[in-house]
Amino acid sequence: MTKWLSRAVPVRGSPGTGELVVNSTSWIDVAHDVSSGGGQLASLWTTSGDESGNHANVRAVFLINASVLIVTLPIVDDSLSYRGLETLFPSAVRMQRAAFDLTGIRSDAPDQRPWLRHAAWPAHWHPLKFPAMRSEIAAKSIDNYEFVRVEGDGVHEIPVGPVHAGIIEPGHFRFSIVGEKVLRLEERLGYVHKGIEHRFTELHLFEAHRLAARICGDSAVAFSWAYCQAAEGLTNVRVPQRGLYLRALALELERLQNHLGDLGALGNDAGFAFGLAQFSRIKEHLLRVINGALGQRYLFDWIVPGGTARDIDAASSNDLIAFAHEVASEVRHLRQIYEEHSGLRDRFSGAGRVEVQLASQLGLTGLAGRASGQSLDLRVDRPWPPYDQLAVTKCVRQEGDVAARVALRFDEVQETCVLIAKILRELPWGPVRVETPLPNVPGFAVGLIEGWRGPVLIALQNGGEGKISRCHAHDPSWHNWPVLEHAIIDNIVPDFPLINKSFNLAYSGHDL
Amino acid sequence: MTLSAFAYQLLEIILGVITAPVLLGWVNQCRAWLQNRSAPSLWQPYRSLHKLFYKQAVLAENASPLFRVAPYVVFGTMVLVVAIVPSLETRLPFTVAADAIALVGLLATARVFLSLAAMDIGAAFGTLGARREMMIGFLAEPALLMVLFVAAMISQTTSLPLIAERLSSESLALYPSLAFTAVAFAMVLLAENARIPIDNPATHLELTMIHEATLLEYSARHLALMEWAASLKLYNYVCIGITLFLPFGVATQSQGTTGLALAIVALALKLLVAGSSLALFETVSAKLRIFRAPEFLATAFLLAVLGMLVHLLLGA
Repeated sequence: MTKWLSRAVPVRGSPGTGELVVNSTSWIDVAHDVSSGGGQLASLWTTSGDESGNHANVRAVFLINASVLIVTLPIVDDSLSYRGLETLFPSAVRMQRAAFDLTGIRSDAPDQRPWLRHAAWPAHWHPLKFPAMRSEIAAKSIDNYEFVRVEGDGVHEIPVGPVHAGIIEPGHFRFSIVGEKVLRLEERLGYVHKGIEHRFTELHLFEAHRLAARICGDSAVAFSWAYCQAAEGLTNVRVPQRGLYLRALALELERLQNHLGDLGALGNDAGFAFGLAQFSRIKEHLLRVINGALGQRYLFDWIVPGGTARDIDAASSNDLIAFAHEVASEVRHLRQIYEEHSGLRDRFSGAGRVEVQLASQLGLTGLAGRASGQSLDLRVDRPWPPYDQLAVTKCVRQEGDVAARVALRFDEVQETCVLIAKILRELPWGPVRVETPLPNVPGFAVGLIEGWRGPVLIALQNGGEGKISRCHAHDPSWHNWPVLEHAIIDNIVPDFPLINKSFNLAYSGHDL
Repeated sequence: MTLSAFAYQLLEIILGVITAPVLLGWVNQCRAWLQNRSAPSLWQPYRSLHKLFYKQAVLAENASPLFRVAPYVVFGTMVLVVAIVPSLETRLPFTVAADAIALVGLLATARVFLSLAAMDIGAAFGTLGARREMMIGFLAEPALLMVLFVAAMISQTTSLPLIAERLSSESLALYPSLAFTAVAFAMVLLAENARIPIDNPATHLELTMIHEATLLEYSARHLALMEWAASLKLYNYVCIGITLFLPFGVATQSQGTTGLALAIVALALKLLVAGSSLALFETVSAKLRIFRAPEFLATAFLLAVLGMLVHLLLGA
């Protein structure tokens, strides 16, 4: 493992990241060593070649303990194919399928069904390969997606979605069940594919953070920070300390908002509407306090290249500290109610269990991973500034069921409230933003941020003169959606919404 | 049977049909208050019904005539039950026409049509809902019958008006056996009316629905009738409960118009209390896992049997 890491060339952006350019044999060797060394696949994507002689390539990002290794495999021949990593990292399957749909670069994996391509464009067209033909392509093809069928006595299928009874994002879930017991769940996503990666290439380097913030509404801060980290890496700008602290503040506030919302929704999905009412009240109060202190309810565009959009004054800062204490004590009280409620406890515990071993095999990551003993938290394990000065306490659970994911959220709410107060008390003086000069040469950089859901990654290829030639955005949901298919097995159908909610994975940030 | 008896009967039916959505509105209002939310209007169910009656009905292409007929059958059955349950006066033409067991049969008829209609389209959710509805039904029915038997044994009759008269005429006689059966009946009421902890009437999650899943394919006037029938069912169950356990204030034939006026006031008060208790119970409970429903209803059955044993052994 160390031999690969030592040969890696440092990459700009996220500190401590290395890149290794390999040939097709060492591509598999590296993946093998990472897998046997306990590392995880963080992302995988492909880039088409261009007229100026750049080869098409496939890139994989591996997380090994605290280090990040980017492995680049240039595809020099005309085959436009590479060895798939799905046997080593199961979550690679969908990323490989999506990569083929976008660029036409194919893995040799047995599952070659389209992932992002539904009936909206024909099979021979690849949006990132021939973007110019976009307007000539009309929806013509018929979609005959082959779900895996379960045969047997009394087995039947329930197709759910993409249009649901409530107002939620679109996704199709195909259940094969016997009675109420789920034998198999197969997901089909990609209904909200918007062509974000192509849109990046039409934007200016220092404008696109606005698009990054809109990739996934509930992770706006995480994505825009990851983008800015990459963009600043290209220009060698040093963000002032105060700017960094205010970014961390925004990230923690986003975590808090999402956890509060989820805790309420989880109560509601178990039929306990009191929980939803209480958590919604606290969340709304929080949004109003944030609006008072930072000038916006949700923190879109708070993080800009070079720092943050605005500063915070001392009075608002004190308001936020006081409110963080209030939230912490109110949530402590509600936690007691949740934990002592026999009905809720019965619904939560044991439902949708992902054992530690399965979680590590399938590469469960982020919040859901930490509820199943996968103790990775980039804020602790690989702290980027200012988290290297904040000493975050990591919360991990081993049980891996809905109750564990609920408990972990409760733990993290407390930790986040402490962090918010700490950040504001230790807030350094100085400017919040510096000017960012344009990079004069093309380059490659990555941003890697622990969002509330898990590690969020942006890989940015600068084409010179402020142009973006390729930008890949990666949400942790890519790894966790497939695990959800395993979490539901042997549970009963009516428990699925609760289990799904406890993961709360992204649609928009995943489909791009 | 005098002409006034028929007039009273008509009044009872109209009052029931009109009150049922208001009772549902009251329960929803109490639920909202208990959850610190601002409550929807008491007339909200009427607004929804109004909206639905003015919409164009959409039917699935493969819907059979049964699918179109079912809402009328279910609604009609529930109106008939309103007529049979002696909620205002005991000696009315319909109340004496059917006894408690026929009543259970009528409720079962409605369920059968509801479930058949749900399966008619062939969509997965309807079938899922119908299956769950039947499961709850066949567990709840024995418990309900047991409850009725206890009341019948105490009053020596299965006729509901006679039970009501017998129990209300005795000045504050306390029957321990009825206390057990009252709890059993409350549990049956929750299960049969798709309330928490068995079903969640407010849910939007199609995979967890029981009653709502059976209605997913309905629209406009058909849906309105089904919703109205559901609120009538709740009203009927509350009225059956009142007849069995709190019949005080119900008018008998000898009391005339004054008695009837008093009975209306008494019924309104009882409905208010019953509705708010239901909301309170729903607020503090979470929904049970569906396979806990058998345990829940078995407990109800057990309590009803205990009530019967108490009556047989202690004669109380």
